[in-house]
Amino acid sequence: MDEALLRSLTLGVLALLVRRGADFAAAEDAVQDALVEALRVWPAGPPRDPKGWLVTVAWRRFLDATRADAARRRREVRFDEEPTPGPAPAVDDTLRLYFLCAHPSLTPSSAVALTLRAVGGLTTRQIAQAYLVPEATMAQRISRAKRTVSGVRLDQPGDVATVLRVLYLVFNEGYSGDVDLAAEAIRLTRQLAAQVDHPEVAGLLALMLLHHARRAARTTPDGSLVPLADQDRGRWDTGLIAEGVGILQAALARDRLGEFQAQAAIAALHADAPTAEETDWVQIVEWYDELARLTDSPVIRLNRAVAVGEADGPRAGLAALAELDDSSPRSSGKGYPVPRYAAVAAYLHERDGDLATAAQLYAEAARQAPNLAERDHLTRQAARLNAARRR
Amino acid sequence: MAKYLLLKHYRGAPAAVNDVPMDRWTPEEISAHVQYMNDFAARLEKTGEFVDGQALAPEGSWVRYDGEGRPPVTDGPFAETKDLIAGWMVIDVDSHERAVELAGELSAAPGAGGKPIHEWLELRPFLTAPPTITE
Repeated sequence: MDEALLRSLTLGVLALLVRRGADFAAAEDAVQDALVEALRVWPAGPPRDPKGWLVTVAWRRFLDATRADAARRRREVRFDEEPTPGPAPAVDDTLRLYFLCAHPSLTPSSAVALTLRAVGGLTTRQIAQAYLVPEATMAQRISRAKRTVSGVRLDQPGDVATVLRVLYLVFNEGYSGDVDLAAEAIRLTRQLAAQVDHPEVAGLLALMLLHHARRAARTTPDGSLVPLADQDRGRWDTGLIAEGVGILQAALARDRLGEFQAQAAIAALHADAPTAEETDWVQIVEWYDELARLTDSPVIRLNRAVAVGEADGPRAGLAALAELDDSSPRSSGKGYPVPRYAAVAAYLHERDGDLATAAQLYAEAARQAPNLAERDHLTRQAARLNAARRR
Repeated sequence: MAKYLLLKHYRGAPAAVNDVPMDRWTPEEISAHVQYMNDFAARLEKTGEFVDGQALAPEGSWVRYDGEGRPPVTDGPFAETKDLIAGWMVIDVDSHERAVELAGELSAAPGAGGKPIHEWLELRPFLTAPPTITE
């Protein structure tokens, strides 16, 4: 039984039911029922037209579920008499689901959960496992999200940027357990890119492919982080890199730059360098300037400072870092430190030869690290410098 | 989409504003307090922000390895200074602001006189798996 095939069909089936007039939550339940039925029946005799099979079964389930309701019965009869779908082309249906699941009225975590369930066809259990929360919690999150969007009418095209933000959140969550969220995000973004002709959709897809290409080299077998400069470039997936670069170039040629294209351009410049030393840092700084123009944030300026440090030397990098916030150099202006500020400062001070300050900053960065792999990496950096200073 | 641990302390936290030991509350006040905590957890289950929570016994021991072939050492000369955790709850929320907001709500549980305890709760973020993009 090909679960990936089933999942790839879910979106179209659900979209069709919703367009035929099924309430979103009821349609979603009917599709899940049909998937369960498929898992039961298909191994013995796979249908010739899997999608048609799923539509038929899901629609029947939907009608069964709504039969008791008198008001819905009238609608059911109306649809029975009107078996042909409306005039809208099929691609608009699935697109509508993307926009519904990323609706601005949902919190980010609800939008992500609903997207994975409705567009991605994952089960509640799979999503709960991926996010390490109890299944009951995830079920509540999804049903609340469904209630929130149940009254939403999508008569206007949604905001592509919101959909992209949700897909990017899914991708960045990494992976744990059965479901590889990065791969899932790529699959969904591919589907979206096939339907929407928008340079930023292509930009996000390129960005994901370029980062995904480096995944095997990013960690050692015991889970320690390997910094970009130390990665074994032989382990990068050249096929994915080539695909990402191709998609990005086509998008850039259309001259409608957006933040995902700019980020993908930076990732492409890293992927393009045969060795870390041959990285074109001057061009990377230029892309960070573009990125800062499109969407300024402390994190972007922080990354820019790293690139400046590589292009023009550690002193220039430290100067760029100092510009980050005049009043309080480690503040994002909201009372929270800029993530990884101390780590970047430590790196630049080390390259500048000030090992004592660097060691102290690495230790501070380790205390602020948001995840175990990063904390251990930074602690090792501090320990390495302290050992070097004792010698 | 970040998990936080809310820690309630028996001892070790700064004193609450409404600082009356629980054994001097009325039974009704205790029931109201427990009800508040249960309602809080139930509400977070509905919003999809609840992960787990448990109360802990006030008495516990420190345990330490004492060398090959010897039984572990329990407790030490530091019993008076130990920080005692009364219970914990794990939440999964969209932002740090939301975590602070919920901790504030939990700290407002009613105590003596039916008034909020204003106890200090410890809020600790979980260390997570690394994101797909860091570089």
